[in-house]
Amino acid sequence: MNNIFVYIETEGGKVADVSLELLTKGRELADRLGCKLEALAIGHNLAGLDKTVGMYGADTLWVADDRELEPYRTLPHTAIICGIFGEEKPQIALFGATPVGRDLAPRVSSTLGSGLTADCTSLVIGDYTDAKSGKEYKDLLYQIRPAFGGNIIATIVNPDHRPQMATVREGVMRKEEVKSPTTPEIKNVDVRKYVKDTDLVVKIIDRHIEERGIDIKNSPVIVAGGYGMGSKENFALLHELADLLGGEVGASRAAVDAGFTDHARQIGQTGVTVRPKLYIACGISGQIQHTAGMDQSSMVIAINTDPDAPINKFADFVITGDAMEVIPKMIKYYKQNSK
Amino acid sequence: MGKQLKVVVLAKQVPDTRNVGKDAMKADGTVNRAALPAIFNPEDLNALEQALTIKDMCEGTTVYILTMGPLRAADIIRDAMFRGADGGYLLTDRAFAGADTLATSYALSRALVEIKPDLIIAGRQAIDGDTAQVGPQVAEKLGLPQITYAEQIESIDDRQIVVKRRLEHGVETVSAPFPVVITVNASAPECRPQNAKRVMKYKRAMTRSELQAAGDDYMQFVENKDYLKIVEWNVGDIDADPAQLGMLGSPTKVKQIENVVFQAKESRKLTVSDADINSLMVELIAGHTLG
Repeated sequence: MNNIFVYIETEGGKVADVSLELLTKGRELADRLGCKLEALAIGHNLAGLDKTVGMYGADTLWVADDRELEPYRTLPHTAIICGIFGEEKPQIALFGATPVGRDLAPRVSSTLGSGLTADCTSLVIGDYTDAKSGKEYKDLLYQIRPAFGGNIIATIVNPDHRPQMATVREGVMRKEEVKSPTTPEIKNVDVRKYVKDTDLVVKIIDRHIEERGIDIKNSPVIVAGGYGMGSKENFALLHELADLLGGEVGASRAAVDAGFTDHARQIGQTGVTVRPKLYIACGISGQIQHTAGMDQSSMVIAINTDPDAPINKFADFVITGDAMEVIPKMIKYYKQNSK
Repeated sequence: MGKQLKVVVLAKQVPDTRNVGKDAMKADGTVNRAALPAIFNPEDLNALEQALTIKDMCEGTTVYILTMGPLRAADIIRDAMFRGADGGYLLTDRAFAGADTLATSYALSRALVEIKPDLIIAGRQAIDGDTAQVGPQVAEKLGLPQITYAEQIESIDDRQIVVKRRLEHGVETVSAPFPVVITVNASAPECRPQNAKRVMKYKRAMTRSELQAAGDDYMQFVENKDYLKIVEWNVGDIDADPAQLGMLGSPTKVKQIENVVFQAKESRKLTVSDADINSLMVELIAGHTLG
């Protein structure tokens, strides 16, 4: 009882990276609190997941396996989670901030009347004193996230309601296998106990999933463009440099909002988090909403006309000037020197 | 597509956090709200466009905005009326202040119980919070199904609505019976602009508080013009449990707010000169940062 639950998201029977990242974080929190780490998988044809979650330290694996549960639909998944949480009373529940997690977790939190913090960048255990009542709380989950367009960092707590719920984006937490894998106790869920016919009113008529096309997350080099690139056409130059360096093109939210490139390339709090060997930021001012997704890059080159751009604080090399002038030179001198 | 629907669009007036200038933060680390213009939350405009598209498709359909906020949030209701909405509801009271997403969703859901729409459409998320929680939580509070990340309404008949959703790596088409809550993605069509004739007709649409401030002459002017009345509801106008509203009804508490301050890296400054760029590329190759 009062354990930590991680919702396991699966894609075609394979566990999503974000769920493994949450298990790694969950293991750390469970050790700190002295409680168990429980994984909850809902879908169809889920055999074999126990090995995977055991490698990431889960003590228990709940499996709700039924034809109606795959592909994901909000209501049946919510019903199962709320049913199990109602009985098990977890103190913490973690979800990936994926399209599924961001559809599911709010529904669950509303049903249970517990709070939910979206897109946390850090989760830490700590104490809290209510400023008004003076009441003290021990070992709460600090849910830390950028807020207000990334201009502030907020620490959120849920003093009186359980579970304390948070979503975390893929790539934000580290994924790490435990030294000695656990053999999780498997608990098979009686799906019909929780899912009513009224939970099946939304019907999936058609579904078309594309292969993961753009994968900037695992690219060793990222050439990222911001609003300062000025146009979609100018982004072509970024692609030229990225192709040459064996990298991928990324973008800030402002550039994506302006239509310069696809959302799949967006780096930052509401996009992808990356840790490349080299990050070249072109015409990116460097608001925290963006830098939250790239500040663990090994090396950063910032190209910006503004000598005081915030991105420069993260940069190993600051080039003050127009990216449209600098990038062709980088292409030229890379070609000249790489022979 | 003959169904007459009552559609409510959930919308929020937000500070424009997308292009925050250097003066957006005060010296003491708090947000300088005066430096940020208040705008119609972008994805709520995508939601409004979906609602107006349904109004075009299904004759007799009406579209109303529901927003919670201070009195000046009536601006976005007028904006929506200029673009094609029939009217709106402003939920405003100090009792709602300090609400997290759950307390917000509860207040909105209690207003929706009064309005009784067939269809509720909201933007996926607001740019000042980026949580994407209010849509699903309103649906849960009302016991309705939800369709998130909608990109296009495919069809509507007497029984159901068919919607195309944008997923991370694909699309999904789903059907749901009425009533239902739909949240709309930024990838959906942009909202139509304000219409000049509608601006002329609705520019003097006001809430009760605005009317009182405008004076007696104006009160008489609008007396028989119901289309100029924006509904203003306080906490007493909805049947709500005070313990679930505002700060009191919010399970999440803000423990701490920090201004973002970074220890700057020690960076080397380069110019755009050929010599500087050349030596940079030589160094990156020599250090095996580039292969």
